Amino acid sequence: MKRTVFAYPYVVWMLIFIFAPMLLIVYYAFTADGAVTLENLRGALDPMYLEVLLRSVWMALRATVACLLLGYPVAYLLSRMKKSAASILSVLFVVPMWMNFLLRTYAWQVLLNANGILNGVLAALGLPQQSFLYTEGAVMLGMVYNFLPFMVLPIHTVLSKMDRSHIEAASDLGANPVQAFFRVTLPLSMPGVISGITMVFIPSITTFAISRLLGGGKFVMYGDLIENQFLLMQDWGSGSALSFILLVLVLISMAVMRRAEGEAGQEGGMLW
Amino acid sequence: MKKLRTFFKGTYLGLMLCFLYAPILVLIVYSFNSSRTMGHWTGFSLSWYAALFHDSMVMEALTVTLTIAVLSAAVATVIGTAAAIGIHSMRRGPRVAVENISQLPIVNPDLVTGISLMMLFAFMNIKGGYVRMLIAHITFNIPYVIFSVMPKLKQSSNALYEAALDLGCTPLTALWRVVLPDIMPGIVSGFILAFTLSLDDFVVSYFTTQGVQNLSIYIYSIARKGINPKINALSTLMFVAVLTLLMVVNLKSIKEEHKAAAQAKKAEARS
Repeated sequence: MKRTVFAYPYVVWMLIFIFAPMLLIVYYAFTADGAVTLENLRGALDPMYLEVLLRSVWMALRATVACLLLGYPVAYLLSRMKKSAASILSVLFVVPMWMNFLLRTYAWQVLLNANGILNGVLAALGLPQQSFLYTEGAVMLGMVYNFLPFMVLPIHTVLSKMDRSHIEAASDLGANPVQAFFRVTLPLSMPGVISGITMVFIPSITTFAISRLLGGGKFVMYGDLIENQFLLMQDWGSGSALSFILLVLVLISMAVMRRAEGEAGQEGGMLW
Repeated sequence: MKKLRTFFKGTYLGLMLCFLYAPILVLIVYSFNSSRTMGHWTGFSLSWYAALFHDSMVMEALTVTLTIAVLSAAVATVIGTAAAIGIHSMRRGPRVAVENISQLPIVNPDLVTGISLMMLFAFMNIKGGYVRMLIAHITFNIPYVIFSVMPKLKQSSNALYEAALDLGCTPLTALWRVVLPDIMPGIVSGFILAFTLSLDDFVVSYFTTQGVQNLSIYIYSIARKGINPKINALSTLMFVAVLTLLMVVNLKSIKEEHKAAAQAKKAEARS
């Protein structure tokens, strides 16, 4: 029996529940009343909508970079610890993910609130009060907070399975620890880094609840826009056109990511 | 110097843990607050916990959330692990084709997954909200299981599998007794990730459900009217339950590791 058979149930499942729904989006994006049209797409490329799109991309990029800068050292330090300590600590880094993400976001509302704890601390220190909530920074913070574990996990998985003898070989050959890190450890961990970037960037770009709760509706993201078209306006054509644009964007970033992985010396065609 | 470095490492991990846990601690602390508004401490009270257990809507939503999480993670782990093994052994052509489709749900925004499934369910006339939610959760969980299993498969060497065949295993037995144990960490973390994602999901459930509420949808509907400390009490309970569960699971695996190490030493001594 060939092992490829094991993939068949999955392939069938994906065809029905991923491929077919995608076709539905394309169908609704390019038709109106049963006739093929570009009207929906033209409407979705309105400058007002494009501005929202650009802002969402910019926010997602910054959130991803922040997650990588904060998360990589965590994954690295965990992979360098004794196994028992690392497994307990890595659980600690996963546990917050078990909390409902709406609750985690609301908790930040309490912390950032005008009468909240952060302002309480500022007042106790004799510093002027700030309005943290309903700012772009608050939305960013919510995104980083919610998506950070998705950066740590894949990098940690790759790093902890990495063969330490590569680093020993590098230092035997005269590399100092910094050189060994940048020329051996980092390149070898690139598959994890790229997985992490994918797992953070994509949800960041479309977050709609976080921007609503911490941005107070002042920072409409692309996700808010799409939700509006479907649930409020009941306009499946316009909503599908916006979703289609989002998907194209996602595919572009995917291609970029895959290219980066190819340059990192990994087997082509694999995202993980 | 070395001490200083360990100190900084510890401090960094500590700070990151603070960042992750501070909001959760706030929720927990305020679940014992007698006042309705968060942000002001008016006194210790357990009244929100009492209110929680008398709210049948909360209890129903909790049941939906937990059963969907367990069922969808289990199904996704089985399908996803099998799929990873299958995809891994494919020739380049079909492998790339399958991978390209697989990448859709991974990179697909929750929002698009939810909306497209909503349209599909309407199109296929699938009615039950529970079934809709379960199918949706399995669908978005499978790729994450593959995600976790695939790196382990790539890192595991074929030599052990071939050795098992040389020693008389059938391919299936070798797969079961050699390959599966080798990739087990990936499978377990895949299951945990799937369970977590299902538990945590709001967006996909929000769009696909019909009438059936899970905790996220319930929380969202309540929270629109302002935060309700009942939900703080609920999250405190969930947090404690999860923490206990994870500690038990991990202590067990650590003990097993020690046992395995001890046995290996014994075997070494004997030979």
